[in-house]
Amino acid sequence: MSDWIEVGKLSDIPRQGSRIINSDDGDIALFRTVDDEVFALRDECPHEKGPLSQGIIHGKRVTCPLHNWVISLEDGCALPPDEGCATHFSVKLEGESIFLKY
Amino acid sequence: MKEKLVMVGNGMAGMKTIEELLKLAPDAYDITVFGAEPFGNYNRIMLSPVLAGEKTIDEIMINDLQWYKDNNITLHTNKTVVEIDRTEKKVVAEDGTCEFYDRLLIATGSNPFMLPVPGGQLPGVIGFRDIHDVDTMLDSAKTKKKAVVIGAGLLGLEAANGLKLQGMDVTVVHLLDCLMERQLDQPAAALLQTELESRGIHFLMEAQTQEILGDDYVTGLRFTDGVEIEADLVVMAVGIRPNVELAQKAGIHCDRGIVVSETMLTSDPAIYSVGECVQFGEHTYGLVAPLFDMAKVCASQLADIDHKHYAHTETSTKLKVSGVDLFSAGVINGDETTDDIVFQDPANGVYKKIVLKDQKIVGVVLYGDTFDGSWYFELLREGTDVSEMRTHLLFGQAHLGDSGHGGVNDAVAAMSDDAEICGCNGVSKGDVVKAITEKGLQTLDEVRAHTKASASCGSCTGLVEQVIAHTLGADYSDSPSEKPVCKCTDYTHDDVRKAITEQKLTSLKALMNAMEWRTVDGCASCRPALNYYLIAAWPGKAQDDYRSRFINERVHANIQKDGTYSVVPRIWGGLTTADELRTIADVADKYEISTVKITGGQRIDLLGVKKEDLPAVWGDLNKGGMISGHAYSKGLRTVKTCVGQEWCRFGTQKSMQMGIELEKMTWGSWTPAKFKIAVSGCPRNCAEATIKDFGVVAVDSGWELHVAGNGGIKVRVTDLLCKVQTAEEVREYCGAFMQVYREEAHYLERTAHWVERIGLSYIKQRVVEDAEGRKALNERFLESQVYAQVDPWAQRASEGVDAHEFAPLTQINKS
Ligand code: SRM
Ligand SMILES: Cc1cc2nc3c(=O)[nH]c(=O)nc-3n(C[C@H](O)[C@H](O)[C@H](O)COP(=O)(O)OP(=O)(O)OC[C@H]3O[C@@H](n4cnc5c(N)ncnc54)[C@H](O)[C@@H]3O)c2cc1C
Ligand code: SF4
Ligand code: FES
Repeated sequence: MSDWIEVGKLSDIPRQGSRIINSDDGDIALFRTVDDEVFALRDECPHEKGPLSQGIIHGKRVTCPLHNWVISLEDGCALPPDEGCATHFSVKLEGESIFLKY
Repeated sequence: MKEKLVMVGNGMAGMKTIEELLKLAPDAYDITVFGAEPFGNYNRIMLSPVLAGEKTIDEIMINDLQWYKDNNITLHTNKTVVEIDRTEKKVVAEDGTCEFYDRLLIATGSNPFMLPVPGGQLPGVIGFRDIHDVDTMLDSAKTKKKAVVIGAGLLGLEAANGLKLQGMDVTVVHLLDCLMERQLDQPAAALLQTELESRGIHFLMEAQTQEILGDDYVTGLRFTDGVEIEADLVVMAVGIRPNVELAQKAGIHCDRGIVVSETMLTSDPAIYSVGECVQFGEHTYGLVAPLFDMAKVCASQLADIDHKHYAHTETSTKLKVSGVDLFSAGVINGDETTDDIVFQDPANGVYKKIVLKDQKIVGVVLYGDTFDGSWYFELLREGTDVSEMRTHLLFGQAHLGDSGHGGVNDAVAAMSDDAEICGCNGVSKGDVVKAITEKGLQTLDEVRAHTKASASCGSCTGLVEQVIAHTLGADYSDSPSEKPVCKCTDYTHDDVRKAITEQKLTSLKALMNAMEWRTVDGCASCRPALNYYLIAAWPGKAQDDYRSRFINERVHANIQKDGTYSVVPRIWGGLTTADELRTIADVADKYEISTVKITGGQRIDLLGVKKEDLPAVWGDLNKGGMISGHAYSKGLRTVKTCVGQEWCRFGTQKSMQMGIELEKMTWGSWTPAKFKIAVSGCPRNCAEATIKDFGVVAVDSGWELHVAGNGGIKVRVTDLLCKVQTAEEVREYCGAFMQVYREEAHYLERTAHWVERIGLSYIKQRVVEDAEGRKALNERFLESQVYAQVDPWAQRASEGVDAHEFAPLTQINKS
């Protein structure tokens, strides 16, 4: 069963930036886009597990810091021609508060 | 219900088949794999480099246990299958584990052939086949002295080389008078033997082992002529035998190997087989290239797509002993129907032989210079008529054209797209070039990841690198000024720089607006470039946008492949003190930093630091008087020096002092790409100043200034800019050169490429001839340094800058 958990405030994440949430089964990266949308992915690149939270965020995408794969924040999947997906988590904003389905 | 595919033998050929199958039809089967070894799938070929200490077991894993989970494959490790019940269609392992199959794949490989001599079963007598054997050898090397390797073939020599490197006293025993007799002719074998002897390996040729001596552990060997030698370890490398026992017991048709058809089917239509256990026609195999071909055929048959057929092809051989270049294929020793063309230069250790029959190449032996190996091999396999090029053949492919003397690049250029680069994985030059250009690959690792070229035995690594250099090199000279910055715009780098100064743009947002960027906030290519152009144009005014910097420059440390970071404090001019070393040692202890490494840049790297520890590590280093070495920046990295006149009997000037002065002046600066300086005290050039962006070489009468060198894939030696007399001039010219570079080069364009693009005469004009201009440039450089020389570590360690980078937001748990 997954629940909505409050994980922080929008202002905790810099715009075009990311923060990490530690969890039992590995880190989750929370991204804030230039338009203040928030997304969450497992902090593991589908290529070689690079920490996506450390990448450059542009539009609704993040470029992995290790070998520059570009990952869509909306579903966690790599843009072609690369293949593979990072686990994607649902996120919702209620006012300033960020909720993660976990 | 999906069909059940069971595979016996978790080795290279079998798993290659599964990988290919997953690519073609990921959901076609429920897959179960039995492996007698306790691991995932590893690169057996690389056991030699592991033994030689050049690789670790971790590095040679191809698919770890997680991979099997991720791909929903059931893996039974440590389980030897002992029975195939073809009526009930099930396999049974030693411990009773039982699996039913719809289709079965047998990929049991081969076993080392153990000489049937008395004593052959003694502990301390082993083969060279798996991780267990390598572990035994490494353990022996720790406690024992004398190793004997029986058999001077590929495997035997690689074992001998590895054991020697591990410190053992090694003797290779061989039945014939010529080593690697199946791959080498006499002259090449002699060169190889001399080389290996010079490394301290002993050879006993024409010696037939009669008995292995010892009571409860091996102590020596006796030969048929009565001679005895001592041994604490005996490695038998006299050949392999296809592992057919299991198949034979089940009544599947076997000869020397498990007999298969061209669709890899055995005599049972539900059972396939691939790998060294197989016999195809007369052939059995011992190298991966043909096995990987089998894998592709078998996968296409299992997937029911594209039904490929297997055909026997020639294989080529290379020896994986570092520093020995050897290539051989086809017929080694000709007869009266063949012609040999031979080139011999024993002083330089080069030997080349091509065996021709009816104007076609049927064999090649290369020693010492193997560059053209893959070209000859292509001609051999395709049966090309070489009568036209016969007189030039031995000088290689580059010499065929009009140009006469071709460098490496010409030779790579001359290769056809079909030319095979990586024999193991069947990757052609065309495949590599295509991957580089279409996917924008830059590094060997990326090319390896995308194409598999050089990912197995690694002996083609040099060639792959040359193709990368050749492909990207063309890109460099392809006047990058004409190319748009990235897909977000049609404007070029020069357009952007011009707009920034002319329209006085000081923020990314304003810049993207003014230039009508197509994306909301750019991409990972353009944002760092634009950010650099802004801060270079408006020091102190433009806001440095940290969200547009690569991670290393954002957190001021180098990210490592496991997500930890490395920390390199600045060590001025390569000089340190006992106090600094103590501080570094204390930091290493306190934060449990496992790797402390002297870098190629004359400083010390602390590797494996956890991200959350970074600010504290920096704080402690700051307390010891050290600041960031910017080992991560597109900016000044290191200033290397030699001891110079201060100590050296040849030194003509004080190079250490000069280096420190230059580093104090230039540290903290941002440049389009990394920037390195070195100062040597005399033309012997121990600081390698002539492959640096700015190199200073002291001479009796003053200082030579060299520019635009670099190491890297394609080494470029500096151009001499000019000679000056005083230390003050050195600093001024340095500042001026860096400033033109800062103001005019394209982001990520290192000085070598920049100077090649715009020409040295332009630099001379700006920095040497125009004295006023030089002074102004230097002043602008120093002005921007006022804003740049702030230690980023201190800001983060004690002023709390960017604290959010280093701490998790929160912790959550599955309740
Ligand atoms: C740590 C160090 C290796 C060492 O253990 O000695 C090193 C480590 C890396 N080098 Fe280097 N280079 C190191 C000295 C050198 C040198 C030697 C020197 O400076 O005299 C060279 C040749 C000189 C040169 O730069 O031309 C060198 C030429 C390169 C290149 C090729 C540059 C080129 O223009 O072609 C790269 C690739 C690149 O920059 O794209 C590279 C890239 C790298 C990267 C950044 C690879 C990466 O992207 O991860 C490595 C970072 C490792 C890390 O995270 O710590 N490194 N690298 C050395 C750090 C020196 C220092 O104190 O800061
Ligand atoms: C040290 C060394 C260096 C080499 N260097 C090169 C080189 O440079 N170039 C090159 O092309 N080739 C090289 N080779 C050869 C290459 O490694 C082999 O050709 C290749 O690994 C064969 O693949 P395979 O799948 O047929 O057999 P393997 O990789 O041996 O796999 C067979 C697997 O099946 C398992 N198995 C066997 N029977 C059973 C059973 N009944 N139940 C369960 N599991 C079983 C075995 O334990 C083994 O793990 C080298 C080999 C060695 C040992
Ligand atoms: S040479 Fe440099 S880039 Fe290559 S592995 Fe060594 S440190 Fe890394
Ligand atoms: S790990 Fe992300 S691109 Fe390689």
